[in-house]
Amino acid sequence: MSTISCPECAAEITLAAGTEVGEIIVCPDCGVDLEIVALEPAAAQLAPMEQEDWGE
Amino acid sequence: MKTTVSIVGGSGYGGGELLRLLLAHPRMEVKQATSRSHVGEYVYQVHPNLRKRTSLRFSDPSQLEPVDVLFLAQPHGQAQQHIEEYAQLAPKIIDLSADFRLRDAAFYEKWYGAKHAAPQWLGKFVYGLPELHRAELAAAKYVSGVGCNATAGNLALLPLVKAQLLDLSASILIEIKVGSSEAGAEGNAGSLHAERANVIRTFSAFGHRHTAEVIQEMGVTEVSLTMTAVDLVRGALATAHAKVKPGVTTKDLWKAYRAAANENPFVRVVKEQRGIYRAPDPKILAGSNYADLGFELDESNGHVVSICAIDNLMKGAAGSAVQCLNLMMGWEETLGLEFMGLHPI
Repeated sequence: MSTISCPECAAEITLAAGTEVGEIIVCPDCGVDLEIVALEPAAAQLAPMEQEDWGE
Repeated sequence: MKTTVSIVGGSGYGGGELLRLLLAHPRMEVKQATSRSHVGEYVYQVHPNLRKRTSLRFSDPSQLEPVDVLFLAQPHGQAQQHIEEYAQLAPKIIDLSADFRLRDAAFYEKWYGAKHAAPQWLGKFVYGLPELHRAELAAAKYVSGVGCNATAGNLALLPLVKAQLLDLSASILIEIKVGSSEAGAEGNAGSLHAERANVIRTFSAFGHRHTAEVIQEMGVTEVSLTMTAVDLVRGALATAHAKVKPGVTTKDLWKAYRAAANENPFVRVVKEQRGIYRAPDPKILAGSNYADLGFELDESNGHVVSICAIDNLMKGAAGSAVQCLNLMMGWEETLGLEFMGLHPI
């Protein structure tokens, strides 16, 4: 089972079986989008996210 | 066979919250709840949410009978007057008031402006916040309550202090927004709806008594609490401003806060980049025992903002007290405290 470290919050994330390069996953701790950029070894980078200030 | 429990001072908000928790607790049997002003009335006539859950009536305090555990939920200053009597009635006591929170009599006098009536008892009590004293609570006979504002402040600082990330040469400022139930069930002119509704009212810029609990429990000296009443019934939100040591990064903070959440069943980290609730908010904690923690760090200057949201009647009072009870009895720490809150609310 491959794991990655979230580049934002350092959470250790276990990749689901069948995860593919280019797939976007969500960090369960801080909520950022992560793009899987490699699988052997597994690696991810922050993916662009829509900014939201809720009108404030 | 269930463990028997009685509540001295059961008609206030803290007592009512204790009753709600203990009546539903799978290992407790509530024997008595006392109230001088409501003797003979059914408990649900004061705490309407308890209707059909109990036929208990309020007892006179002089009619208290021996039990396994005695909770004290009286106004501050009462428990210290009668602690010797209460200790004859129960081998384990948990006092929600401020009477036994501080370990040192002189420190108590400094913050409460009066000599303690039973200073020899101060050292017998363990401060009742499981996140700070879990091992001691497991062996304790006597446990104090916690100040709701102090709890919000202490838990906001806990990950930073425990991981030794703070620059303690800089002052710590904790701004706390509080709901009206903190003021208790007796009321005063300021709690009239006309005066209390819609407020954002700073009522204590510094010097609030709960500051003493933060000093004692966090081991910090340069700390101020500023208290602001807001238009909530339940809830407290502490926003702590401090400095971290040079070189501390956001990932260091993540590690510290994640450790706090992993070590404590009711501590959660809320620092989200999705959804509406991206930072701790007491709105969704009403009735739950969770403490939600969040943080932001300005890495350019080391300014850290640490946030803690709680329900003041739960994690800040009755919930922590029942959590302490579970630890004292050797039960699962979360027993009877599983309610996860409501959304939307």
